[in-house]
Amino acid sequence: MDVADREIAGPGPGAEDAAGPYGAEGARSSDPAGLRGAGRRRAALRLSLMAPPAVFFALFFGWPVAAIVARGLRPGGRWQPARIGEVLSDPYVLHVLWFTVWQAAASTALTLLLGLPGAYVFARFDFPGRELLRAVVTVPFVLPTVVVGSAFLGLLGPGGVLDEWWGLRTGGGVWPILLAHLFLNYAVVVRTVGGFWSQLDPRQEEAARTLGASRAAAWRRVTLPALAPSVGAAALMVFLFTFTSFGVVQVLRGPRQSTLEVEIYRRTAALLDLPTAAVLTLLQFAAVTALLAVHAWTLRRRSGTLGLVPPEQTARRPRGRGEWALLWGVLAFLALLVLVPLAVLVERSLDTPHGYGLAFYRALGSASADASFAVAPLDAVGNSFAYAGVATLLALLIGGLAAAALTAGRGAGGVSGTLVRGFDALLMLPLGTSAVTVGFGFLIALDEPPLDLRSSWLLVPLAQALVGVPFVVRTLLPALRAVDVRLREAAAVLGASPWRAWRSVDLPLVRRAVLVSAGFAFAVSLGEFGATVFIARPDAPTLPVAVARLLGRAGPANYGQAMAMSTILMLVCVAALLALERIRTDRSGEF
Amino acid sequence: MSHTTTQVRRAAAPLVLFLAVLALAGTLAGCGGDGKGGHTVTLVTHDSFAVSRPVLREFTRRTGYKVRVLRGGDAGSAVNQAVLNKDHPQGDVFFGVDNTLLSRPVDKGVFAPYRAKGLARVPARLRDGTEGHKVTPVDTGQICVNYDRAYFARKHLGPPRTLADLAKPRYRNLLVTENAATSSPGLGFLLASVDAYGSHWRTYWKKLRANGVETVDGWEQAYNDRFSGSRGGKGKGDRPLVVSYASSPPVEVQGEKPAPAKAPTGVVRDTCFQQTEYAGLLAGAENRRGGEALLDFLLSRRFQEDMPLQMFVDPVREDAKRPKLFTRYGEEAEHPATMPARTIARHREQWIRSWTSLIGR
Repeated sequence: MDVADREIAGPGPGAEDAAGPYGAEGARSSDPAGLRGAGRRRAALRLSLMAPPAVFFALFFGWPVAAIVARGLRPGGRWQPARIGEVLSDPYVLHVLWFTVWQAAASTALTLLLGLPGAYVFARFDFPGRELLRAVVTVPFVLPTVVVGSAFLGLLGPGGVLDEWWGLRTGGGVWPILLAHLFLNYAVVVRTVGGFWSQLDPRQEEAARTLGASRAAAWRRVTLPALAPSVGAAALMVFLFTFTSFGVVQVLRGPRQSTLEVEIYRRTAALLDLPTAAVLTLLQFAAVTALLAVHAWTLRRRSGTLGLVPPEQTARRPRGRGEWALLWGVLAFLALLVLVPLAVLVERSLDTPHGYGLAFYRALGSASADASFAVAPLDAVGNSFAYAGVATLLALLIGGLAAAALTAGRGAGGVSGTLVRGFDALLMLPLGTSAVTVGFGFLIALDEPPLDLRSSWLLVPLAQALVGVPFVVRTLLPALRAVDVRLREAAAVLGASPWRAWRSVDLPLVRRAVLVSAGFAFAVSLGEFGATVFIARPDAPTLPVAVARLLGRAGPANYGQAMAMSTILMLVCVAALLALERIRTDRSGEF
Repeated sequence: MSHTTTQVRRAAAPLVLFLAVLALAGTLAGCGGDGKGGHTVTLVTHDSFAVSRPVLREFTRRTGYKVRVLRGGDAGSAVNQAVLNKDHPQGDVFFGVDNTLLSRPVDKGVFAPYRAKGLARVPARLRDGTEGHKVTPVDTGQICVNYDRAYFARKHLGPPRTLADLAKPRYRNLLVTENAATSSPGLGFLLASVDAYGSHWRTYWKKLRANGVETVDGWEQAYNDRFSGSRGGKGKGDRPLVVSYASSPPVEVQGEKPAPAKAPTGVVRDTCFQQTEYAGLLAGAENRRGGEALLDFLLSRRFQEDMPLQMFVDPVREDAKRPKLFTRYGEEAEHPATMPARTIARHREQWIRSWTSLIGR
């Protein structure tokens, strides 16, 4: 009650936090007693909605991060901030840092260079099959990173298609990693920049040309400045994703190629050097937080005052030979980029030593040649589905409550407005801080009373749910915000309890968003690798973990089985995405 | 006020529901996973563990326990997993920690003491470091550089004879070794160099690096993918020198008909390092008695004589017969490099760190 009282002692209904058109609903009531009662109820409801996600995050994010800090900077119970300097003076660690930044920058540059023409084509041109192609572009983005790693290994690695057919060996170069990153993040540029570009009024550029500017000058002085913030945002996002890339680098790296994420995992699993791993995690945490802060800042700047128009008005048929060539060029590139690696993956999984066949798939089902192998690789499919199912339920529960709390908070300003914004930011943290941080934190924090989950199967779904919650919140929020509060009030006036009102008013309206977010959470959990690899037990591996383990062993049989398993995982994810695209007819969601 | 309290209570419903779900999940988690009863004994080990089926069946017939084998990656990762899961072991017995890594799990209290039957048959030199019976020696062998005979014959080049040779220009870009941080042959090779060069081993490795030594993460990758002399790699490998075992040449001729006069690969005897592998009862094991029975079995003659052709290692029992394949094709150093368990325990992490910074993998 104390907290609730303090809540409403604020300056009253100011509609500053994400309020939308219905923000000031409290002010409509003229009866001060009723106002206070309603406010109190709302505040209490919001707090009780906020409490479970807050507790969940405190236990499964805050506590592990605190444990990492303690492990890294307080070994033996004494604060030793000098540990950071010690770790940083290791030339190999410096090399890893350099490589991490370098490959992220190169991947970002490459993705922008090749993604911007795609963004332009999808934004400005109208051609048959555009919507379908837009969906195809998104496929790589939802594929598990381990699958993408396997596909590019099958294409460019030793014994891969290029090696076998044309004798081309990339020999541990950085190109496979860069190309895999391009494959994964192409959609980010096309959707972020393209989405904005399609709403940019082309008449501004035309006006500049009418006033005598050359084509280049009009582009440079009108379109480019308008576009720059969204290009910047896309670049930052790609940089963040590639900076924290784990699965791809783990599968494709050659000698002396290690990113911070890979190094944290290696220090833990291979060297058992937990204090250094903890310091590296803190470095990673700081770098990512800084990147996220810059990202938030550019987002705020982006909402400038540009003449935006509906995208339908800006797209037109390509004109002239140059534009057609550009369109075809982009389409050919897309086919090469998206289809070839996936086709190669399937081909490798069928290419047995005795010609094409399903031998590798059959081998997955049976326990390996000597019967003492306890777990058939195919069991990983069952594990993955069970874990992902539980993780999806958890993510829906936590994310749903969080989204409900964020929308129930509408109408409260001042202190609670800040509270709500802070809560919102908190929810996004696991997404930004990288799965390896989550996995490492779970490993070292949740292994002693009162929270000893080390031998529990629940550990994996909990970690996956943590990674899935931000997706659920981002998908549910817009849908919940769009629900007209007056409907709920009408239900209340007619005597419905808040629960009943929620069930018969909100739920039917947001059901579709719930389904979409469930699909997202499921796909994310299924492909989750960075956190799971730390905590999955060897007798219960998930699909990505099993793929990585098979690739870690040598021999054509393991290689082929890894490819077969990657193919299965890819098909499941693509099926999930197609199902989502069917549900999601409107373009809701805040991605 | 009471009206408001009711409202607040009702509004708190989601919280109560959440706590209920959490409690339920906690209960479920507590119950889960204990399906296996007292008739299974779980052996936690690394990827290279192998045993023939009749031998396992005999264990079940003799003791009534069925064996479940859990493989947790290569030797180094499997040991680290055992350390990370201390007190909540994934099984009852761990097999596969060798003398190079022994102190890591023993000092952390991963094992519970047990004196296996048949230990008296193990020579004293193989029992160094097993004081207190936290672990039992099971197999031994030598980690040595192997060479591809065909390659050196083709190039009219004599194979290297010593560690120093490996750093010479005529063997440039020929050697592939394993990561000392993740692979036991890799670490064994590092220890062999430390034994030979003392505090100057870093200089030696700098020379090796300059001479184009290649490092991969595991033995399988090095031997099967990169070594040109291995049958498994079908000659596709690009390096004729590899850090492997003294028992690797016999493997290459196993099953060949007619039996060749010489194995297609040879051993550089001056590079060999003695390696012993141990098993131990995991502290907090669910099936302690089954674990003890399994440890006894690992030292029994039946298992010891089956093991060489399964894992290509030597038995530790004096009275266990070595297979003919080993005596005919095996090339072992008479005086391999060795290092007292205590020396390894004291310096290992420092050496690995130093090596990693130098080679970077």
